[in-house]
Amino acid sequence: MKSKISLLIAVLFFGWLSFCFSGHREASWPLPQFDGYLLSILILIGINIVSAVSLNLVNGHTGQFSLGHAGFMAVGAYGSAWITLIHGKEILSLMGVFVSMPAECLFLIALLFGGLFAAVTGLIVGIPSLRLRGDYLAIVTLGFGEIIRVILQNSDALGGARGLAGIASYTTLGWTFGVAALAIYVVGTLVNSTYGRGFLAVRDDEIAAEAMGINTTKYKVVAFAVGAFFSGLAGGLYAHFIGYINPEGFNFLKSVDVVVIVILGGMGSTAGVTVAAVVLTLLNELLRQTEQYRMIVFALLLIVLMILRPQGLIADFGRLLPWRRRA
Amino acid sequence: MNEFLQQLINGISLGSVYALIALGYTMVYGVLRFINFAHGDVFMIGAFSAMFGHSLIKRSGLVMPDWLVALVVLTLSMVVGALLGTLIEKLAYKPLRERPRLTVLITAIGVSLLLEYVGQLVFGAAPRGFPSLIESKSLGGFGSLQLSSVQITVVLVSGGLLMGLRAIVMRTRMGLSMRALSLNPTAAALMGVNTNVVISFTFGLGSALAAAGGVFYASLYQAIDPFMGVLPGMKAFIAAVLGGIGVLPGAALGGVLLGVLETLVVGYSKVLGIPSGFRDAVAFLILILILLFKPTGLLGKAHREKV
Repeated sequence: MKSKISLLIAVLFFGWLSFCFSGHREASWPLPQFDGYLLSILILIGINIVSAVSLNLVNGHTGQFSLGHAGFMAVGAYGSAWITLIHGKEILSLMGVFVSMPAECLFLIALLFGGLFAAVTGLIVGIPSLRLRGDYLAIVTLGFGEIIRVILQNSDALGGARGLAGIASYTTLGWTFGVAALAIYVVGTLVNSTYGRGFLAVRDDEIAAEAMGINTTKYKVVAFAVGAFFSGLAGGLYAHFIGYINPEGFNFLKSVDVVVIVILGGMGSTAGVTVAAVVLTLLNELLRQTEQYRMIVFALLLIVLMILRPQGLIADFGRLLPWRRRA
Repeated sequence: MNEFLQQLINGISLGSVYALIALGYTMVYGVLRFINFAHGDVFMIGAFSAMFGHSLIKRSGLVMPDWLVALVVLTLSMVVGALLGTLIEKLAYKPLRERPRLTVLITAIGVSLLLEYVGQLVFGAAPRGFPSLIESKSLGGFGSLQLSSVQITVVLVSGGLLMGLRAIVMRTRMGLSMRALSLNPTAAALMGVNTNVVISFTFGLGSALAAAGGVFYASLYQAIDPFMGVLPGMKAFIAAVLGGIGVLPGAALGGVLLGVLETLVVGYSKVLGIPSGFRDAVAFLILILILLFKPTGLLGKAHREKV
């Protein structure tokens, strides 16, 4: 049942894909012409959905608390920007031999490259650190996130601390929600598949899962790599939306932002996390006037939530839907 | 050679600050089995309360010798740290005693962010100068070797505090209760150990040490800001893991070791071919290596996992 809901949501979102190849950032039918501000909020919502849903696979479904999510986003952002900004023309001319390629194809290649690069980084980080549990894993992933940031800061080819500017704004509403739909679909169906029960088993009781013959390390690493892939996509979307990235933008606090979304939505609930991504992005915008209070509110939210409602505010969100009453 | 000794001295004075903070992590881990993420922020509050305490004394017009001012300021910030630590434990962690560790970890991250951003709101984000509590003068006598009075005082007072802590843990009834609790909480409770009191005491003691560490760190670098606790806090945690978490001498050893390693890597970055920007990555690299190859730390003992 749950998988059907995620599928439904996913299919609905796939509708947005039609905007992808329209090439301009303004939405058209069925939505009215948005003004730029509203559009940028919608795109941010989409990006946050992608990164929160992917982190949820690791932190929620598999129960491996990672604090290095921003690191993978950084890898995806830099990886994709590296393609479009630095090697874009080469690739275009290489491919232009066969067909004249629209910019969207280049963006697709860049996104995929960023995502795959992040996934490989996820594997490199995950294989050693996933032998650890709980708090240790949290600290080690945090450490890896910091190391990625420090490496970027010290690599002159990627702009160092100044970052990369002038990234083409390829990210449209369609791209964002297309990727969001893909993330929801993949994570939702993966977790509800026969194979995916292993993730939940690892979360619920690692020792028991191991005793039942589940290769817990493999599951953890797979969750990590898939999560990293989608956070890489989120990073790529972000880079081509903002147009400027620097290592400082992917620091620990960026990870915390995503973690707050996952916790608020309820760890292990794709629907809840999706809703939380929408709510928190909007809340972020509302609190922008009072920027200094924003993190205080988030911090209090974390503390109070953990004491009163550790399963998340919106975890049982699905139960409220009429067609899920029976479940 | 002189340069090496110089780096070593700088490393030890930084390392003794790490050691003070690491002890708090290790003590809390010993009794509650969780990482108190907010520990680094107690360190920050300690530094700020020392700054305010110092200006208060200066403004009150009391005539005191410098060493007494320093002592009063240090004591004040340790008391503030202890109160804050126990308060955090009571409000945030105590309701979660029986919950999964992940829940407590997330709460700790929340408390840490709360302290940082409330600090930013109250103290402002810009770094502030820290008053010199001890007159900073060079005691250098061996060739080009520079020994500053601040460094020596930091190392000596830290050492004294470590000795005091050891006395509390090994010689007092409360220390005995702490050790019992970390060995087996249920059995300790059955033997009449008042768990809540001991846990509060542990938090208070650890936080007081962190606050002292904050004062020393601020004296060494002479600038404080609301986020100054983040990196030293994490490095101190790494130091605790390096020495073996839950083991008190381990935390002290790990702290000094980490301080020295870090300073040496930065000092010899050109020789080693590592850009000095990687300073903060060094600690994390050490953490990853130690967790992979000797997860119990240098002095820790292995625990079998029971089902």
